[in-house]
Amino acid sequence: MIPPAFDYHAPRSIGEAIALLTELGDDAKLLAGGHSLLPMMKLRFAQPGALIDINRIAELRGISEAGGMIRIGAMTSESELAASPLLRQKLPLLPEGALLIADPQVRNRGTIGGDIAHGDPGNDHPAIAMALDATFVLQGPGGERQVKAVDFFLGTYLTALADNEILTAILVAPFRPGTGYAYQKLKRKTGDFATAGAAVVLRIAGGVVTEVAIGLTNVAPTALRAAAAEAALIGKPVNDATLAAVAQAVRLACDPAADLRGDIEYKTAMAGEMVKRAIRTAASRCS
Amino acid sequence: MSKTLVSMTINGRPVEEAVEPRTLLVHFLREKMHLTGAHIGCETSHCGACTVDIDGQSVKSCTHLAVQCEGSEVKTVEGLANAGVLHAVQQGFYQEHGLQCGFCTPGMLMRAYRFLQDNPTPSEEEVRIGMAGNLCRCTGYQNIVKAVLHAADALQHNTVGA
Repeated sequence: MIPPAFDYHAPRSIGEAIALLTELGDDAKLLAGGHSLLPMMKLRFAQPGALIDINRIAELRGISEAGGMIRIGAMTSESELAASPLLRQKLPLLPEGALLIADPQVRNRGTIGGDIAHGDPGNDHPAIAMALDATFVLQGPGGERQVKAVDFFLGTYLTALADNEILTAILVAPFRPGTGYAYQKLKRKTGDFATAGAAVVLRIAGGVVTEVAIGLTNVAPTALRAAAAEAALIGKPVNDATLAAVAQAVRLACDPAADLRGDIEYKTAMAGEMVKRAIRTAASRCS
Repeated sequence: MSKTLVSMTINGRPVEEAVEPRTLLVHFLREKMHLTGAHIGCETSHCGACTVDIDGQSVKSCTHLAVQCEGSEVKTVEGLANAGVLHAVQQGFYQEHGLQCGFCTPGMLMRAYRFLQDNPTPSEEEVRIGMAGNLCRCTGYQNIVKAVLHAADALQHNTVGA
């Protein structure tokens, strides 16, 4: 319950925050919503000497559309994602996913950027971002670079984010009309991390799937983009035979950790089941 | 680690205090401000017994630093009643037997207070989802749902204090 002592900084701009990160080195951690970092500090799993609070940086907030892309500031809270009229209309997978994350109080503080930057395979946004083919904007002392969601997650709690960089925004192309989507999450109770989860975005034309992206949650050391499963679905109608093949490809991609949520066999089987359900729901939403 | 001066408003009263950055808001409220209504039921941010209202949002004060409240409006259960008249959510929990031991109640009340402003006419299902960040070991939730719906009705019809 009692976190170790640390110095506290509350910069007002991204530039100031990066300067602090550079100056303080890897003894400093960015404080976003604080609903993963503070719990780890309270259990003394993490003991940073300094916290750089990025809650007072206005340029990290807001959801906007420009140049054919939707830009979501990294400090946008889960509650703001769920309530956003723009996202509900143009990227409804994000509000749907956000409402399956944690609980109302946690969603008021936890941010999409923090959920991604944490790099926990149990978090939901990594797989959702993969299914959306999202791009992450990272800013460091040398300027800005962009990394695709599929290239960002390197291991458990390990991402492409450098020590002196800040994830500033998430860029996603809006759904074209008629796009189907779903996030299916098996959990023991409201507020728990997924036993297994699947995010699906797809398009159907002429009775067959023409485009699909599948992201998997908590069935490997990182979120996964299920490329073989996608290949098993392209050009096929959504029926029992196709879904059996897709689920088999998903099961082969899984490498879950056994824990109180279940053993490897159970989580693997549930990943296949979540994918089938997500595809059926997504297909029913296509037009 | 030096202390930081922090100014906030708690239940309408301006407060200025020097705090260690690591001081959790719930400890600041309970130990420095002697506002002991907010409780601590876990160390993993699940139970919601520490829920308070910060700048118009329900927040678990065990997962928020007091220094982060610089300039914030904080409301705790002690600030719910108005000149001794119970707020509708307090009256609802009393009327519908929505508490027994009372340990979750301050957090439940603060969550219900904000939830009913965000959704003034909720269904039973919306109440259960809206209160999902608050655990209770006594009531089985049934009477808490009735209490929140009772408060919603009272607020809609202006029959009790808001």
